[in-house]
Amino acid sequence: MSDSATLSMISITINGEPHRVSAGLSVAGLVAELGLNPKKVAVERNLEIVPRSTHGDVMIVEGDQLEIVHFVGGG
Amino acid sequence: MSTNDSWTVAGRTFTSRLIVGTGKYKDFEQNAAALVASGAEIITVAVRRVNVSDPKAPMLTDYIDPKKYTYLPNTAGCFTAEDAIRTLRLAREAGGWDLVKLEVLGEAKTLYPDMRETLRATEILAKEGFLPMVYCVDDPIAAKQLEDAGAVAVMPLGAPIGSGLGIQNRVTIRLIVEGAKVPVLVDAGVGTASDAAVGMELGCDGILMNTAIAEAKDPIRMARAMKLAVEAGREAYLAGRMGRRMYADPSSPLAGLI
Repeated sequence: MSDSATLSMISITINGEPHRVSAGLSVAGLVAELGLNPKKVAVERNLEIVPRSTHGDVMIVEGDQLEIVHFVGGG
Repeated sequence: MSTNDSWTVAGRTFTSRLIVGTGKYKDFEQNAAALVASGAEIITVAVRRVNVSDPKAPMLTDYIDPKKYTYLPNTAGCFTAEDAIRTLRLAREAGGWDLVKLEVLGEAKTLYPDMRETLRATEILAKEGFLPMVYCVDDPIAAKQLEDAGAVAVMPLGAPIGSGLGIQNRVTIRLIVEGAKVPVLVDAGVGTASDAAVGMELGCDGILMNTAIAEAKDPIRMARAMKLAVEAGREAYLAGRMGRRMYADPSSPLAGLI
């Protein structure tokens, strides 16, 4: 959690589902809080890719629409 | 000739001419074992939402090492160019790979490609630096257009995805092979080993399959059968088959008959 974190919560959408998360999280912080391996996922925020190199800088804000994907079996 | 018969797509050289999918397997262990038996060096994978309620669920990458195998992210399930491009941008971010399999589907019933959308997506992806290997109809003109648009390989269907019907139109597959400057791979429709051999005998550079292995009663054994079939078909193609005759021609000499 960064210094800017407060006890307040915000509402966001992750993979089509509503979630309540702490305010002040970066994308990297959210990925960690969800228990995901950051090296194995890609994140799209409001229809734009968030490059992995910027995960620590991009902050999650109220109303964000996030897609977090990984590779699964397919043909 | 046969000892060093490799093929190259977008500057990357591979020995195995079999590309296998990773869907429909009973579990990751079976999938990984079938992959080893197939001898494949490239695997197709899909891009899907992570299950955020179960983040510790096993992942494909835990069983099939992306450093050892070439992951070919696909756009299975995409019905528009935009969806396919969005999926591949995410795939590139997740894995860092620019060699991708593009498929833009036209309808769920046949999973036939929508060639207008496929062509449009190919152009955009090529401009964005992707190296798209493109699933397409078995149409030599469409294959040419894809090549012009930046496809690094054209991959005509032999029959509908998952149908196992075998190569339905050998003539058009051969026409595509003869006209193409990029590798041609039969993608979809293979049901059993002889189907794969037919594709290779037509001069294709490789075969891509998933269901034929995954839905076999013994997927690992079928994976090995496919490896052998692809190799056999390739050898037969390089050897050059005999001509066809309408009537019999004895193999034993007629001279010296008692």
